[in-house]
Amino acid sequence: MLTAKSARKFFKLPVFLTCLLPFLFIITDAYEYTGSLGANPIENIQDRLGNWGLRFLLISLAITPIRKITGQAWIILFRRMLGLFAFFYVLLHFLTWLILEQSMVLPAIIEDIITRPFITIGFLALLILFIMAATSTTNIKKKLKKRWHTIHRLVYGSSALAVWHYWWQVKKDITEPLIYAVILSVLLLYRLWYKYKSQKLMSLKTKNPA
Amino acid sequence: MLIKKPISIKSSEITSETNYLNRRNFLKSSTLIGGSMISSSLIGANLPDEPFAELKDVQPSKYSTDEKINNFLDVTSYNNYYEFGLDKDDPYKNSRDFQSRPWSIEVTGEAEKTGVFDIEDFIKPHLLEERIYRMRCVEAWSMVIPWVGIPLADIIKTFKPLSSATHVKFETLHDRERMPGQKSRVLKWPYREGLTIQEAVNPLTIMAVGMYGRALPNQNGAPIRLVVPWKYGFKGIKGIVKMSFVKSQPKTSWEMAAPNEYGFYANVNPKVSHPRWSQARERRIGSGVFASKQPTQLFNGYGEQVAHLYDGLNLRRHF
Repeated sequence: MLTAKSARKFFKLPVFLTCLLPFLFIITDAYEYTGSLGANPIENIQDRLGNWGLRFLLISLAITPIRKITGQAWIILFRRMLGLFAFFYVLLHFLTWLILEQSMVLPAIIEDIITRPFITIGFLALLILFIMAATSTTNIKKKLKKRWHTIHRLVYGSSALAVWHYWWQVKKDITEPLIYAVILSVLLLYRLWYKYKSQKLMSLKTKNPA
Repeated sequence: MLIKKPISIKSSEITSETNYLNRRNFLKSSTLIGGSMISSSLIGANLPDEPFAELKDVQPSKYSTDEKINNFLDVTSYNNYYEFGLDKDDPYKNSRDFQSRPWSIEVTGEAEKTGVFDIEDFIKPHLLEERIYRMRCVEAWSMVIPWVGIPLADIIKTFKPLSSATHVKFETLHDRERMPGQKSRVLKWPYREGLTIQEAVNPLTIMAVGMYGRALPNQNGAPIRLVVPWKYGFKGIKGIVKMSFVKSQPKTSWEMAAPNEYGFYANVNPKVSHPRWSQARERRIGSGVFASKQPTQLFNGYGEQVAHLYDGLNLRRHF
């Protein structure tokens, strides 16, 4: 089994660079000679960034179940990085909407956030990720102690809002948001099941003290 | 990626396929006329039977806008045509092998003259006009497209509708083999659309058979489609095989799919939001990454010609 130290040493940079690839592909597509963003480049950028934000959210949520199932403890080291990448892509998705799609016209932006439910929930999801990113350093984690876990459990809410945000904005075909919804459900149900199982184990232990 | 066709095809078709993929040279090129197709009659429109072949004797129209026309690649690679897939570039990718000949159109219902007509005969009595129209999609983007077509009023006249005909109903080809998108149940097939008879005979309404001076590309609805510039784009039914004169308001595909989001009228209206997004502004395709959206106009700016059709109608309720 890989030790935490060697895993960090060997995988940190490759994982980081891999996570950056979707962003790099957008850059190369924006450049005429290496790709194309199609007829509606703003929509293209916005959709891709949003999709990757959601994917990284789900990937970071998959870390704990994978660790528990495989027993590979070291992969937990990458959870924070993956979570921060989720925030990175979601933030860029939001900024694309703010700057390119809405051209920073404040009244229109505020109106949309208030009156368009799918934008409202997307914005809420972003706020949660922002709070999590802002409290993600080791120092803050130590300072917040137990409260840190409470704050970071908000990720479940944020992911559900993100899937809902996607679901609500598609015109008709819900296949893709449905796939994300199923994956998220599996990841959350696993946690419930695991909690139930360990509670049962605990109660067994208290009943029959060894 | 160049997709090769079977060997049995004519050289002229190979030229057009090459040009199809080679957009920069396409518009400059004048070598891809489907020469053999442009033939016979001096009166009336001749429809070459391959996509992109040049159309002859196209008249200009006073209804054309002088706004900047979108480039050919944008118009042919970014649109909705669920019969060929759900993504905006699916029609472009998946309609290449679609054969739009032979093609016939069935005319039925409340009219003196009904029957099944070959597309050539359907088009023949009429003159082709170029109509440069704004196209506003319900998804809040827009384009300016140089259509080539025939006023629907002229076509309708030839079938002598009865006074009992209050609406005209249209249907797209229903063929899961030729239109693979129909394997998905995202909409009820065939795609159905309709207009009131007054809307249908309004001078702005056309049956388009071409764009950019050439026969319609498959992805844009070859060989014949409806264009109703003051309505959202989805009213512009493509690949039409049936036109019926009916006595009541027909159900349209999008109405059946989501009645709270898409109405029968579907007039462009900045004040009536889609339940999930605003219709107040639109993104003009091709305007660049840093351009802001522009305000959407009531009836897509064609109010002068069509506003009278809706006198006394509550546009919020009849969206």
